[in-house]
Amino acid sequence: MTVAQLAQPWQDHSYAFLDESAKRELRRKTLKAIALPGYQVPYASREVPIARGWGTGGLQVTLSLVGPDDVVKVIDQGADDSVNAANLRRFVARMTGVKTTTDALAATLIQSRHRIPEEVLRAEQALILQVPDPEPLREVEPDISVARQMHADADYGLSWLLLYEQLVRYRRIIQGDSYPALVHGRYVMSPSPIPRWDLPKLHHSAHLTLLSAGREKRLYAVPPYTEVRPLEFDDVPYRVEDQRAFACFRTGVRNKFLNELPQGDGSSRYELSDSGYAEKLLRGDLAGPTYFDSEGKFYHDGYLQG
Amino acid sequence: MTVTYRAELLPPALVAERPLLSISGVSKRYGAVRALTDVALELYPREVLGVVGESGSGKSTLLRLLNLQEDPDAGSYSLELPAYQGANLFSLGRFAKRELRVQHIGIVYQNPYQGLRMNNTSSGNVAERLVVAGERSFARLRQAARSSLAASEFPLERMDAPPLELSGGMQQRVQLAKAIALQPALLLLDEPTTGLDVSVQALVIDTLRRLRRELGIAMLVVSHDLGVIRTLSDRVVVMRHGRMVEMGLVDQVLEDPQHPYTQQLVHAKL
Repeated sequence: MTVAQLAQPWQDHSYAFLDESAKRELRRKTLKAIALPGYQVPYASREVPIARGWGTGGLQVTLSLVGPDDVVKVIDQGADDSVNAANLRRFVARMTGVKTTTDALAATLIQSRHRIPEEVLRAEQALILQVPDPEPLREVEPDISVARQMHADADYGLSWLLLYEQLVRYRRIIQGDSYPALVHGRYVMSPSPIPRWDLPKLHHSAHLTLLSAGREKRLYAVPPYTEVRPLEFDDVPYRVEDQRAFACFRTGVRNKFLNELPQGDGSSRYELSDSGYAEKLLRGDLAGPTYFDSEGKFYHDGYLQG
Repeated sequence: MTVTYRAELLPPALVAERPLLSISGVSKRYGAVRALTDVALELYPREVLGVVGESGSGKSTLLRLLNLQEDPDAGSYSLELPAYQGANLFSLGRFAKRELRVQHIGIVYQNPYQGLRMNNTSSGNVAERLVVAGERSFARLRQAARSSLAASEFPLERMDAPPLELSGGMQQRVQLAKAIALQPALLLLDEPTTGLDVSVQALVIDTLRRLRRELGIAMLVVSHDLGVIRTLSDRVVVMRHGRMVEMGLVDQVLEDPQHPYTQQLVHAKL
């Protein structure tokens, strides 16, 4: 018997691209993040063959979690077919050999930028959100070390200042994405650039949500069935984007998050932002229950007012 | 034994009342520089205490320490407030200090950039104090910002303009409104009128005098301008090289200075 026979066969890359030690570190940090809902855990963000700002944080978490039996879906602005989504999906598939899908309910790991799927995710699924800026206090406290003290003291009063300014200047909340939310009554997190429409979906969700910022090297989590409350004034309730007036021109669906498509004649058409869900409807497949029903009512009664 | 006084023979506040603020033995050094050495003073309710001295005499350091922004090397600091009886405020934790600073201490800086968010609205700057203290109703924040700005004689039609667009005098009024928004026990003024032209200076001083009369807030005014000190304060402390060289009633100290440095200072001014 020779040494060569005893050794592992030579490979030109490790499974799922990252070194075993790097994946191990990320998994440990992921566990810590799940144990402290909303707390930003620092981690060693590794080099991956895409540029910072293109989802390196999300990609690393996906790579550290993906196993041979997983099914991966990658979303970019709701779409499966945009360059970034296609690129990341192909990379994960090539590095691991896992199956990929565009069906939110068939996937076990969903890496997403900007959107949470319209269909209600199940308990076995994990949603991995790419985060450009994890710090919800950045707008009101530019000094990061002071901001971390404020997190430690749960001193979040200044976040309301942001809402006050918007109400005074624009008479309404204009925070379209990264709307700060209190997780498990303790940490305020920035839920990445998901629209206001998607934030309530994190509240008492059955699935696990992991949020990872590659450039900022921060990882945080919303574990299943965790309370997530958007910050609001007592007399100004939180509202999602009003989608009642529009219908998707391809599927005719109402009360889902729609993209506006400006037309040459100055008018606008609207289409479903969640392209995986739209495909399903167009094929006539049976789609799962959605977070917002066809009347625009949220699936948790009483969570959203008005 | 308690002494009762006949109304017409009421003793001066310095005798009858306990000081609102008292510090003793306060020293602070930055590297080789002694910023403050063994400073002790007391401030009585509704009193205005002036602090004068040349640049580098430790005035601003003293104010930063009183605002609990920095820790001294030695010394004690107490405020006569129900929850903080007999406590040395310097030894409180970070969170308690912040609480105290938000609820009970107001400060107006010489440079409005230090005290205000220049791009936020003026009313938002005032509301910041309430929001940090836990107010979560937009209508009440709005109302409080309006009444506080009105109290500091700020024109209300401009209450939603950012301080960046306002004149220096108006910026000082926004700072003042922010400082008094929660009716603090103590108001610290760091050269509040320096850099304003004389007529605006007079208006701001008028406002300060009116606030003191109406709200009865104890103030500590730091200035190198003896005219401001003379019009505003009851008592004055003269500082030099981080030490207190003279302390007394304003008229007494400015008319009949005892310490050679104070004599120089007064003569240089007059």
